[in-house]
Amino acid sequence: MSILALIIRREFISKVRNKSFIVMTFLSPLLFVGIGFFVSYLSSLKADLKQIAVHDETGIFVSEFKNSEEYKYINLSNSNLNSIKDSIKSESYEGLIYIPKTRDFKSLENKIQYVSNESPSITFVDHVQEVISNKITNENFKIARLDTLAINNAQAEVNLELKKATGEDSLKGINEIKIAIGGAFGYLIMMFIVIYGNMVMRSVIEEKTNRIIEIIISSVKPFQLMMGKIIGTSLAGILQFLIWTIVGLILMFSVSMFFGINATPTSDIPPEMLHSAQQEFSTVAQLYLNELLNLPIATLLICFVIYFIGGYFLYSSFYAAIGAAVDNETDSQQFLLPIILPLILGVYIGFFTVMNDPHGTVATVFSMFPLTSPIVMLMRIPFGVPWWQIVISITILFGTFFFVVWFASKIYRVGILMYGKKPTWKELYKWLKY
Amino acid sequence: MSTLLEVNKVVKKYGDYTALNEVSLTVPKGSIYGLLGPNGAGKTSLIRIINQITMPDSGEIILDGEKLNPKHIQYIGYLPEERGLYKSMKVGEQCLYLAQMKGLSKAEAKIQLDYWFDRLGIQGWWNKKIQELSKGMAQKIQFVVCVLHKPKVLIFDEPFSGFDPVNANIIKDEILALQEQGSTIIFSTHRMESVEELCDHIALIHQSNKLIEGRLDDVKNQFRTNSFEVGILTDNVEGLMLAITQNYTIQPTNFKSLNNELKLEINLGNSLPNELLNLLTSRGQVTHFVEKIPSVNDIFIKTVSQ
Repeated sequence: MSILALIIRREFISKVRNKSFIVMTFLSPLLFVGIGFFVSYLSSLKADLKQIAVHDETGIFVSEFKNSEEYKYINLSNSNLNSIKDSIKSESYEGLIYIPKTRDFKSLENKIQYVSNESPSITFVDHVQEVISNKITNENFKIARLDTLAINNAQAEVNLELKKATGEDSLKGINEIKIAIGGAFGYLIMMFIVIYGNMVMRSVIEEKTNRIIEIIISSVKPFQLMMGKIIGTSLAGILQFLIWTIVGLILMFSVSMFFGINATPTSDIPPEMLHSAQQEFSTVAQLYLNELLNLPIATLLICFVIYFIGGYFLYSSFYAAIGAAVDNETDSQQFLLPIILPLILGVYIGFFTVMNDPHGTVATVFSMFPLTSPIVMLMRIPFGVPWWQIVISITILFGTFFFVVWFASKIYRVGILMYGKKPTWKELYKWLKY
Repeated sequence: MSTLLEVNKVVKKYGDYTALNEVSLTVPKGSIYGLLGPNGAGKTSLIRIINQITMPDSGEIILDGEKLNPKHIQYIGYLPEERGLYKSMKVGEQCLYLAQMKGLSKAEAKIQLDYWFDRLGIQGWWNKKIQELSKGMAQKIQFVVCVLHKPKVLIFDEPFSGFDPVNANIIKDEILALQEQGSTIIFSTHRMESVEELCDHIALIHQSNKLIEGRLDDVKNQFRTNSFEVGILTDNVEGLMLAITQNYTIQPTNFKSLNNELKLEINLGNSLPNELLNLLTSRGQVTHFVEKIPSVNDIFIKTVSQ
């Protein structure tokens, strides 16, 4: 067995045998599912019913407020305004909508108050404003002797139908799906880099604090050791992801089996209606499916693998160099920040900029920049990226990768034999020249 | 004795700091070679260069007639001063791994391991993790790892630190046995009594320069001052003192004896011991007459403080 293979094997085995690896591998899918159930349980909980007092001096708005699951409106137009305010202070009511009497509706628009102890939610404020505005608008129509029904009928609502130049139907919401797919891949790469990069760093620090490094370095080249570490750790990571994928698929399959049986319609809906609804649903589903199939899936998967390797190796070289430079994990923070920042930047750019403008300047530039390209480019690919851009981006990524590995191995080579003090950036620069 | 390892004008600089300044050494085959020097003298830098952990800026190293190259890694066994093993790895696996790194096949490594574990009486440790072992036990493992691949050159950096006297003795005997089997041993330590006991050659490095090198006896000869420790029983102490100080310089000294005699360290200068002895025997009863041979400790302190 070659020495590199020997190192890779040891790193892999020591990672995989680690208790926390085993626990993480089998517990985190359960944790994920558990959290999913917990969140859906939380969102199914009804909010507390809130009582809202309405003091309407005009008398025309109060009936417009319809009780909902969350809000109950109580007409207190006849009560004394100050006593209602007092009872809000004593928290008998959540809040008070106060509509004063004015000369005309125009002057009413800015006179209506909402009084409460806690600031109300934005949706509630919007709702109240909308209810009152609609009423005033309708009243204004009446005053102007306009036919409200005719106006309602005249109101148009345009629904843009999306078509592609190639003639296929397009769907709204597909952008969200695209960003979700690209985002999932990009996010996966980021998580992998952070988790396993850290693992590489810790394993370097371990060897350094153990002082075994000197024995090992007397048998192998530091570069071999560093690469062996990075590759061995990544193999452990890939194994973990594989297990997760398989467990996830099994879970998904069993869940769909479980719900599939429950969801069999035992319905009261007339069969023909059900049929047409199903048909309509299936055409939409068909459209979505077509869209999904039209995504450059092959490109996406191939690029995922390439960017995954490039990005992970690039970053874990940094992590290895940092591990070599410091004596313990606490000292590593100062050097880790510049590594984490581009990763976070990549994810933000992916979710905000790429979503709005997948082929804009910002998105394009950051899908070329090697520290963010593995994340940003993967998010762009579902929107269709010219192949030459991908080629340039990958070339830059791997060019940087080789440079960084060279640079990291220099720091690594010196750093692993330096004990005792935390180096400064300046010293790291000096190490490059040793 | 032929030369096994030759260090030729090796220079190593870290930035502006010179760790080794044209250091040359000749290590004879089959010797136990003491590499001495105060802290920070450059010993570790030199050992790291011999181990090919770092490269010299200039100069060369010849091992067994060949310029040092990666192939030589398996001819060298290194026990660093800073001991360490993977804490959560099992003893057996760890030894196999490290032996394979030195170029042994797995089967070969297993045979050697069985031999050494048996020899040191540690067969039961195979499945233990290093973190379950005491410091001294871990040191033993490390010693095994160092000698397992039957290296031609063994480099021990403070091999006895951390061992109790019994185990230190076991290790010392093993080192001597390895020498008998033909290994050459480079031995870096601050414990002068073990240098005295084991080494036949020494070199002293101080402030990045080699100051002394040679056979231990030759070095001692070189540092010989022609001084004698003398014990004499006499009634006329003042008369004797006067007679001695006329010809020699004296220093007070102390050694263990059963008599209450006059004890002196006498520097003979260029005269011969017999002249002094004649003088002494004519004045009283000589109970003690020994040449003061410089210890390695004396040589070390004298050289370094100059």
